[in-house]
Amino acid sequence: MRLVVYAVILSGLWLLWSGIYKSLLITFGAASVLLVLLITVRMNRIDGDRIEIELNPLKFIGYFGWLLLEIAKSNIAVTKTILSASMPIKQNLFDVPYTQRTDLGQVIFANSITLTPGTVTVETEDGHFLVHALSYSSDDMDALADMDRRVSETELVARV
Amino acid sequence: MSEYEGILQLLSWVLIAGGTFFVVIGAIGTLRFPDFWARLHAASVTESAGVILLLAGLCLHAGWTLVSVKLIFIGLFLFITGPTSTHAIANAALVSGLRPKSQSVPTGNPDEYQP
Repeated sequence: MRLVVYAVILSGLWLLWSGIYKSLLITFGAASVLLVLLITVRMNRIDGDRIEIELNPLKFIGYFGWLLLEIAKSNIAVTKTILSASMPIKQNLFDVPYTQRTDLGQVIFANSITLTPGTVTVETEDGHFLVHALSYSSDDMDALADMDRRVSETELVARV
Repeated sequence: MSEYEGILQLLSWVLIAGGTFFVVIGAIGTLRFPDFWARLHAASVTESAGVILLLAGLCLHAGWTLVSVKLIFIGLFLFITGPTSTHAIANAALVSGLRPKSQSVPTGNPDEYQP
């Protein structure tokens, strides 16, 4: 069943990305889908590991919109820093605790920190990330805690 | 209809010009900032605002075509791979012992993370 769904998704992607629908190319596409399925089945025999997406899709879309706004805001802030004559840089490396239960949630939080210019996730440790900030202010911790809460809310499973 | 298309064209050029502006800003920042850690943030302006605006502008330019679908997929991939590669570079710098030039507010203790 999983394989059928996988085949449909792969074929759909191939059709979207190809754009040229001649019989020869379609044959190549079908052949490559089959090859990928074969490789997947073989690899599954060794490593049955699967990534489970435990996210609330609606909440995630909402979060994505909020993240785009945050990216816009921090881009303007960093642009001002770059263009100002004095360049007010106040670098800092500091710990940011995370509350996500799933690996995927943690990845989304860490990547969201990096995506907003001005902060970069440098290291991941148990329970917290090491974050580098360009123009550190005491508000940063609150802003990151707010982002952390929002990412945790997109997770489907209730936190223990 | 043509007026609607004209507005779309104008909007797409505004977005493309905005994206180009942020790419140039990122380049200027990379040159002006004092050390590796600060430059990382300048580059991420190019990576986020530059990429998003350029791709959005190109999508409007292409309209409802397969080209737009491909552009959206490129954007999605860059949204995942961009921060991942930035993290890889920053992490490599930390592990090899590079520290920010001016650690003005020492709240964390980065030396803990020395291998």
